[in-house]
Amino acid sequence: MSMIPLSYWLILAAILFCISVAGIFINRKNLIILLMAIELMLLSVNMNFIAFSRYLDDMAGQVFVFFILTVAAAEAAIGLAILVVVFRNRRTINVAELDTMRG
Amino acid sequence: MITKTLLLTTALAPLLGAILAGFFGRQIGRSGAHIVTILGVAVSAALSAYIFKLIAFDAHPAVNLSIYTWFEIGSIKAEVGFLVDALTATMMVVVTSVSLMVHIYTIGYMHEDSGYQRFFAYISLFTFAMLMLVMSNNFMQLFFGWEAVGLVSYLLIGFWYKRPTAIFANLKAFLVNRVGDFGFLLGIGLVLAYLGSLDYATVFKAAPSLVGQTFNPYGTVEWAVPTLICLLLFVGAMGKSAQVPLHVWLPDSMEGPTPISALIHAATMVTAGIFMVARMSPLFELSETALSTILVIGSITALFMGLIGIVQNDIKRVVAYSTLSQLGYMTVALGASAYSAAIFHLMTHAFFKALLFLGAGSVIIAMHHEQDLRRMGGLRKYMPITFITAWAGTLALMGFPGTSGFYSKDAILIAVEHADRPGATFAYYSLLIGVAVTAFYSFRMLYLAFHGKERFGHDHHGHHAHHDEHGHGDHKPHETPWVVTLPLILLAIPSIVIGALAAGPMLFGHFFDGAIFLAEGREPLAAMAHEFEHGPIAFALHGFITLPVWLALAGAGFATYIYLFNPSLADRIQQALGPVHRILERKYGFDEFYQAVFARGSVRLGRFFWRVGDQTLIDGMLVDGAANTVSKLAYAVRKLQSGYLYHYAFMMILGLIVIIGAFALLR
Repeated sequence: MSMIPLSYWLILAAILFCISVAGIFINRKNLIILLMAIELMLLSVNMNFIAFSRYLDDMAGQVFVFFILTVAAAEAAIGLAILVVVFRNRRTINVAELDTMRG
Repeated sequence: MITKTLLLTTALAPLLGAILAGFFGRQIGRSGAHIVTILGVAVSAALSAYIFKLIAFDAHPAVNLSIYTWFEIGSIKAEVGFLVDALTATMMVVVTSVSLMVHIYTIGYMHEDSGYQRFFAYISLFTFAMLMLVMSNNFMQLFFGWEAVGLVSYLLIGFWYKRPTAIFANLKAFLVNRVGDFGFLLGIGLVLAYLGSLDYATVFKAAPSLVGQTFNPYGTVEWAVPTLICLLLFVGAMGKSAQVPLHVWLPDSMEGPTPISALIHAATMVTAGIFMVARMSPLFELSETALSTILVIGSITALFMGLIGIVQNDIKRVVAYSTLSQLGYMTVALGASAYSAAIFHLMTHAFFKALLFLGAGSVIIAMHHEQDLRRMGGLRKYMPITFITAWAGTLALMGFPGTSGFYSKDAILIAVEHADRPGATFAYYSLLIGVAVTAFYSFRMLYLAFHGKERFGHDHHGHHAHHDEHGHGDHKPHETPWVVTLPLILLAIPSIVIGALAAGPMLFGHFFDGAIFLAEGREPLAAMAHEFEHGPIAFALHGFITLPVWLALAGAGFATYIYLFNPSLADRIQQALGPVHRILERKYGFDEFYQAVFARGSVRLGRFFWRVGDQTLIDGMLVDGAANTVSKLAYAVRKLQSGYLYHYAFMMILGLIVIIGAFALLR
């Protein structure tokens, strides 16, 4: 059985990461897409962890992934809850309009 | 026997009175205040008289006691001590006796004033300060007394502190005196620097070592130390004794109540400068230059201030300019090395000038606080005692033969005539003209106030309304109560007789030996001693054939003709001499000049420092500047805060890339 080389996984993770970064930067419209992009960013990191875990034959990487998944789930829950509150208060989830922090 | 306790009691009794009247005035009430202060001063006067008797008649040796060491810094010692010799004893008697008269007089003069207790506290405090000044045995205590009398003078000129003119006058007196005191302090500093001590005895013993030493202020300029010290000390005397050009405060000080003008601004405090120079005679004898300067300044003051007296219409200001002029006479005597003549004139002047001031005050009471001579006249019917005593004072002031002023003024004139230092000729002729001027303005005042037509009782509300404290009544003037006239009588007696009694011993005897020092071979009064050898009465009779007396009589006669027999002549002369009259009315422009240059100059300088130093540098650059810089920086930085999440994220990523890149490249 031929192994898929490590570099493929890393390139895939990098592509996913870049897509998520682009999602954060370019997205001006929707807060949900922003949250999704952040999740995707975490997944790409997870993929790196798993790839290295297999490559180095070390279980610590996979343990980390479980932690990250747990945190990501909690984060998604809190993020969506905040999103709901933001929508209730401002009747919009348009990112371009959320500029209260402007100096 | 002069003991420590005796001297301390003499000096501290008035202070106790001042404390009681000043701090507990409300508890002890009005009469309580004048009783304690008069008691204090009376004790002091009695003890002074006793000390004078011991020194003058019982040949008691001079006493030099150190009472208390205030502090010691290295070899510099500041002590409180008393030096009592003939000079001090004379001054003590003059100060305490005039002060006692003024205390009694004040009961009558101030009886309606709400600041009664405060006034008594101040004049008693003044007596204490003046005694500390004259009894001192070191420069430190002298300076203490000097400043203390200046302070009380300031407080009393501004006694009626609700009058803007009084506040202006007391500030002016204080500021002008600061100029003098600055010189005085520098002089004391030089004494300390070159002789290493503040004690009179030590300093005077070491003084001859100053001759030939020079002081190098900058570059190759060299000043003789004795001259420099004496001139600086004399600047102090110029401030305190109101010599040209530091005389401007004295006429304005007449804003204070009249008893003060008599006590402080005629009899005692203003003579402190004369006393100081006489006390420092061992120093002043070392510098011919300084004595010449003193001679010239004194003669300028004596003549030109007397001339201003002719055109004044405020009764107190006439006497004030007369005081300036007489202080000039004393200064001239100092400049001619005739220290004893200066002190003698100081003493006689203290009596007759206090008398004239108190007489003027008595007139002011009778006129319901009207001070303008043009609204008086014919007062002799209404107040005979004041009238007679005013005549006595005027005769003494003009130097009528036999009166006290005659002996003292003649002593000065003869001393100056025979002095041979530069400026003596100028001084002699200034003083001679001054004699005629003195007689003229004093008789002018006498006639305008007491003789001629009655010019009061109508047109009250013209000018000088601000002198009106409690409203004019339309009733006639009246003789003042006995508390006012008694001091007048008690001062009139010495004004007439003390000259004849004291001239012999004080001027030609050995009375001042050891107290006043004269350089080897100097005998300023030798010429007068020769004329005086047949006694005071013969000298007075001889006076009738001397030039000064004839000049005085001429001045008096001229005044008699103009103001008694031909009153319209005064106006015609005034019109004919318009420009001269205007110059005199404006007092030679000293006030305007000081206002324009020093007062306004200081304001302008202050404004400049305020604008540039305070507003621009400190406020603009440091205080506000720091805040503004931070604010501007923050304003620039906050543009970065767009508020968009993706900008922050982008910056984060960018930062990450930079850091990682830096790591990767720099490894």
